[in-house]
Amino acid sequence: MFDDFFIRALVAGLGIALVTGPLGCFVVWRRLSYFGDTLAHSALLGVTMAYTLELNIALSVFIISSLIALILIQLQKKTNLPGDALLGLLAHSSLAVGLVVIGFLTFIRFDIMGLLFGDILAVTTDDLLIIWTGGAVILLVLKLIWKPLFASTVNYELAEAEGLNPDRAKAIFTILMAAVIAISIKMVGLLLITGMLIIPAAMARNISDSPIKMVIYSIIGGLLSVVLGLFSSLEFNTSSGPSIIMASLILFMLSLLNIKQSIKLKN
Amino acid sequence: MSRENNILVKLNNAGFKQNGKWLVEGVTLAVEKGKIVTLIGPNGSGKSTTAKIALGIYKNIEGSVEKYTNKVGYVPQKISIDWTLPIRVRDFMLLTENIKEEKIDEALSLTGVIHLKNKSLGNLSGGEFQRVLIARAICKKPELLVLDEPVQGVDYTGEIALYELIKKISDSLHCGILLISHDLHTVMTATDHVVCLNGHVCCSGSPMDVARNNEYKTLFGEQASQILSVYEHKHDHVHLDEGEIKKN
Repeated sequence: MFDDFFIRALVAGLGIALVTGPLGCFVVWRRLSYFGDTLAHSALLGVTMAYTLELNIALSVFIISSLIALILIQLQKKTNLPGDALLGLLAHSSLAVGLVVIGFLTFIRFDIMGLLFGDILAVTTDDLLIIWTGGAVILLVLKLIWKPLFASTVNYELAEAEGLNPDRAKAIFTILMAAVIAISIKMVGLLLITGMLIIPAAMARNISDSPIKMVIYSIIGGLLSVVLGLFSSLEFNTSSGPSIIMASLILFMLSLLNIKQSIKLKN
Repeated sequence: MSRENNILVKLNNAGFKQNGKWLVEGVTLAVEKGKIVTLIGPNGSGKSTTAKIALGIYKNIEGSVEKYTNKVGYVPQKISIDWTLPIRVRDFMLLTENIKEEKIDEALSLTGVIHLKNKSLGNLSGGEFQRVLIARAICKKPELLVLDEPVQGVDYTGEIALYELIKKISDSLHCGILLISHDLHTVMTATDHVVCLNGHVCCSGSPMDVARNNEYKTLFGEQASQILSVYEHKHDHVHLDEGEIKKN
């Protein structure tokens, strides 16, 4: 069944969309888009490390992304630089270091375009296993920390005062972000992962009035984007990442129409 | 809960310093089951800070705080809800604990905002939101209720009704309440213990003791002191919702 590369890509993409849907909502709510971007940029370094040390790509990306997240937290504590400057610093320097290291690894032939924008041909049966088990673990953990994470997203002090331990939830969420980037890097590409997190969630925001609805619509949006994106990628021979993101962009634009309609109805 | 003395939360010589400046220091107080402790004091005197110390929101404090309950309801002084969150009143009611639908309805009815249950939180007026905040805090049947100026922005009749509700809750739930209020009338009618803050505890005791205290007089003026002594004589009945008068 998984012999066909396209089926593999489809199954992988659907697994990723199930995870990026709910996580993406928190990225939007907590204003973490640039944070996600930074982790994704650092993933290139993770990929080069995987090749040099012959590690699994997902594992190595996960380690590097978590490390970058830790460094970020330390820098935030120790310097007076604003958060976005620190994020920019880490994003671009880790991308630069990654590219330089690739330059040195002349003995390996890299498909840079594939790394940056995703490659459906690259998805193996092992990747499927990583995506689906990794994804299931991520969702399970997210379910467990949902209450404190959501409460502290609404108001940190309320969550803290009423005994929900928001700091721990935040730390765990950071690790989940690194994990989702690790499992989706091959498919979506490191430049476009944040789009996969944000765009379906943003689309869902336009059409929902409660947090649960937003999560559900965000998942549905992600699944549709993957299906539409992959079929068009096959049809027009385009990279998988950009095709999926374009599909989600189209869904987002459709959700804007919905807003206009509801505003008209109100007047 | 500490068994012998019903204490829910206790501050021992507690203080908090931010950016090298003391927000409040040397606060000792205890909130017991079924009792209302009120913090009064001018702006910037450390009332909210003291509440946050008691709640454990501030971590690196001087002195110590002993908390004997985890069932806490908190109405913060200011709270802003982000527009990026699609959240209705009923979602907000479930924020920190899962609560049965009928309990939610009951709490929202008590504070007079049941009709807003499915409204988006971002569309409420200041006073409506304040009522929702109070409903959320009492809905989970807390043992300790911390109310930081809970009726700000609420209309005058609503204010009186809400304070009566708070008193009623303290009696029926038998929970301890830490109340911050600038309304000295309220302080007098409902409170068991008053702590007057001005960066430190300037005086504390029963409402009457505080009213007679000289430091209190210099802080709030002679007139405020008279408000309190007036109550000493008048406070022999309460007005119920239906307009009846109940003798104490």
